[in-house]
Amino acid sequence: MSQSYNRGLIEDFGRWKEFSAGMWAWIFHKFTGWMLIGYLFTHIAVLSTAIAGEQAYTNTLQGLEALFVVRLLEVGLLAVAVFHILNGIRLLMVDLGIGLEAQDKTFYASLIITGAITVASVPTFMTEVGF
Amino acid sequence: MAERYSSFAPGGTAWLLQRVTAAFLVVVLAYHFFLLHFVNHAWEITFGGTAARMENIGYFVTMILFLITATFHGVNGVYNALINQGLSGTPRKIVLGVLTIASLALIAQGIWVALVWRGMM
Repeated sequence: MSQSYNRGLIEDFGRWKEFSAGMWAWIFHKFTGWMLIGYLFTHIAVLSTAIAGEQAYTNTLQGLEALFVVRLLEVGLLAVAVFHILNGIRLLMVDLGIGLEAQDKTFYASLIITGAITVASVPTFMTEVGF
Repeated sequence: MAERYSSFAPGGTAWLLQRVTAAFLVVVLAYHFFLLHFVNHAWEITFGGTAARMENIGYFVTMILFLITATFHGVNGVYNALINQGLSGTPRKIVLGVLTIASLALIAQGIWVALVWRGMM
């Protein structure tokens, strides 16, 4: 028989010092999820410039991509997306009953892999852009 | 059995759809990022390049499915996060209505843009 745990409400963020790895994973998943859905609405709005014409679309995208801050935000978006994907796979596995006993280790692995992929992507994202 | 701690009522349709869309999105979001930031580069994107990709019916259908599943997954996630924060009663019904309308509007807008790229509108 597995033991039953009661760790209290995770929504009570004031208890953050008591949070375990799995609770941090839950919070990071929610945070990155909010970022991604917010971005999706923004993304479709920007892409909708295509409705105004070919030149409006090309100029808008290339104008945004010429900004350093946009490239920086793209690196952030990649980090958010990679973590959400990796932790999402971890959650799907746990739902299937796989790896529950190692769920804290897979959370740390998700963080490390996210960090590595993000750092490795910086040269690509920062190509042909200046301050 | 260990006590279950999940954002969703297990066994419900929303619970299942959240996971089915997750499995699809894990693959397609990674593909989307890789294609448009590492194979092609975002700063080189033009209307012509996007339209050329959208000419491929498989790519076009995948992107439409991507839009629909991402919208459902994201908005359903937000809705359930708000319920976890204590949203209930009439405010819950209002939020559900607003989120549903916003989702349908986003999907309609995205499909419209995709049809523009395919030269169908």
